[in-house]
Amino acid sequence: MSACYLLRRLAQVVPAVAGIVLLAFVVVHTAPGDPVLALAGEHGDAAYYAFMRQKFGLDRPLPEQLLAYATRLLHGDLGLSYVHGRPVADVVSERLPATLLLMATALTLSSAAGVALGVLAARRADRAADFVVRTGALLAHATPSFWLAQVAAITLALGTGLFPVQGLTDARRPWTGGRYLLDVLHHLVLPALVLAAGELALMTRLTRAGVLEGLATDYARTARAKGLPDSAVVRHALRNAMLPLVTVIGGRVGMVATGAVLVETVFAWPGLGQLMLSSIQTRDVPVLLGMFLLVSAAVIMANLLTDLTYAWLDPRVRYD
Amino acid sequence: MPGSTRAFATTEAPTRAVARRPNRGPGRLTAAFTTAGGAAGLVLTLALFAIAGLADVVAPTDPFASVGRPLSSPSRLHTLGTDDLGRDLLSGVVHGARTSLLVALSVTLLASTIGVAVGSLAGYRAGSVDDLVMRVTELVLVVPRFFLAVVVIALFGAEVDRLILVLGLASWPVIARVVRAQTLSLVRREFVDAARALGASEVRVMVRHVLPNALPAALVVISVNAASVILLEAGLGFLGLGDPRMMSWGYLANNAQRFLRVAWWMALFPGAAIALAVLGLNLLGDAVNDLLDPHARRTPDA
Repeated sequence: MSACYLLRRLAQVVPAVAGIVLLAFVVVHTAPGDPVLALAGEHGDAAYYAFMRQKFGLDRPLPEQLLAYATRLLHGDLGLSYVHGRPVADVVSERLPATLLLMATALTLSSAAGVALGVLAARRADRAADFVVRTGALLAHATPSFWLAQVAAITLALGTGLFPVQGLTDARRPWTGGRYLLDVLHHLVLPALVLAAGELALMTRLTRAGVLEGLATDYARTARAKGLPDSAVVRHALRNAMLPLVTVIGGRVGMVATGAVLVETVFAWPGLGQLMLSSIQTRDVPVLLGMFLLVSAAVIMANLLTDLTYAWLDPRVRYD
Repeated sequence: MPGSTRAFATTEAPTRAVARRPNRGPGRLTAAFTTAGGAAGLVLTLALFAIAGLADVVAPTDPFASVGRPLSSPSRLHTLGTDDLGRDLLSGVVHGARTSLLVALSVTLLASTIGVAVGSLAGYRAGSVDDLVMRVTELVLVVPRFFLAVVVIALFGAEVDRLILVLGLASWPVIARVVRAQTLSLVRREFVDAARALGASEVRVMVRHVLPNALPAALVVISVNAASVILLEAGLGFLGLGDPRMMSWGYLANNAQRFLRVAWWMALFPGAAIALAVLGLNLLGDAVNDLLDPHARRTPDA
């Protein structure tokens, strides 16, 4: 990976971020209703409205407002939450760790299991195990995450009582230390499995296709002709499948965040999903907008990391 | 391959002459839809269209009318049970199909129109126009559709036209990319040169010769995108952001959330309907993909 490519790819982040900021600005400014009424109430007099307009810069020309908005965003200022009366950045970042824990666990589970199942399906191509894995993947891919969560809550949590129905910890028994960690893990099992299921499907399909493609190449045939055991040949083929997999994991951040928000709502997981739900009910637009900006930034960063990883993994990749 | 025409028994009867040409014709079409997956995709999608189109006939009652005892489990009277207000769940699921399909079709139409226009422009014009257009496409591709839709609905209201507009305007880049790639490879073919040599105008070459050949590949991403729109719409409804005047699967799932302990049917059936609709569209996309890719392994599968 050349330094030139690195710089050029880094430079592409600028228009992407600018595009998202512009989009957020346009959406907010084309919305119906006067923001002054939201800030100052419906019963203020003209002088008070004028004062509020001036105080919040609403009397300035739009380009100037956009510049001010972008400058604030770049300083990490996402505005004030209507409901919490605190900076949106604080409100959101309090909820972020729980969501990140859920997303990271689900992505790790789905990547590991997806590769394993994909290899299994490829090695047993067109036999019973392959059929089962592929059918399962198709079904999991079509299933809405919140529905799978509801079904898991009804059967595995309410039905068997083996798993807690909701929350991050058991509110009745506030554990500390090691017991606390175990309690969190116990609560994490169902949401993480449900969130992983949807991603698992995609990883399985991709791994299977990649390994099958790899097994059909000349180098796989050479490896077989040398007398390498089957498992070693599959390992050769798997390397071939890893590149598209890297791309897909990076490109899924937006979808995984969407799934996390929905799954969290079912299990009352105290992350961004709960915050989104309450912000929707109270029409706390700054918080919702902050979450949109945060996820957009995460998607841009993930794309960047994916491209850099890709260029590092595959020396053939040259972007000119 | 010829002879077994389960899904297309009435429309296509492959002849020997057709079977001898492996790249085109009804033989391949039939083959793609007679695999278990292709047939299931076709049947599920047709069923979705039929149920949505005939919702008023198929649904036993008005989905918003209170017609039975609240929270009664599935029975002869109410096949899928009733909800907390005594509304018939089967009617809700049937009318939900109409909402889902309305949103999926409208978003698909809007996104495809933009995607095909942008993609063919970029592929046909190449050079700096292509560069600029593809940069913009990449910018839009980054936008997380679900989170944008949440903000837009919170600001503009939950009416279905806003949802269609925001999802449509954010869903075209994938389609544009595929159309562009197809166009790029097609404009260098001999038949396009031939059309030009015969004096066909730029627009005519594009619309009559290039576009029809670029569209089949776009169909794959279009059907997969329609499936993802159904999931997005359901997810938004599940968070309470659906159009309050329309019955939707997401709304039903949202309503079920408070009754998980007492009324499993309220959660089970709407979600199953979503899964079947999405599965159908995904399988249809797979079948079209197999049809287009001569290297695709043709084995009966799910």
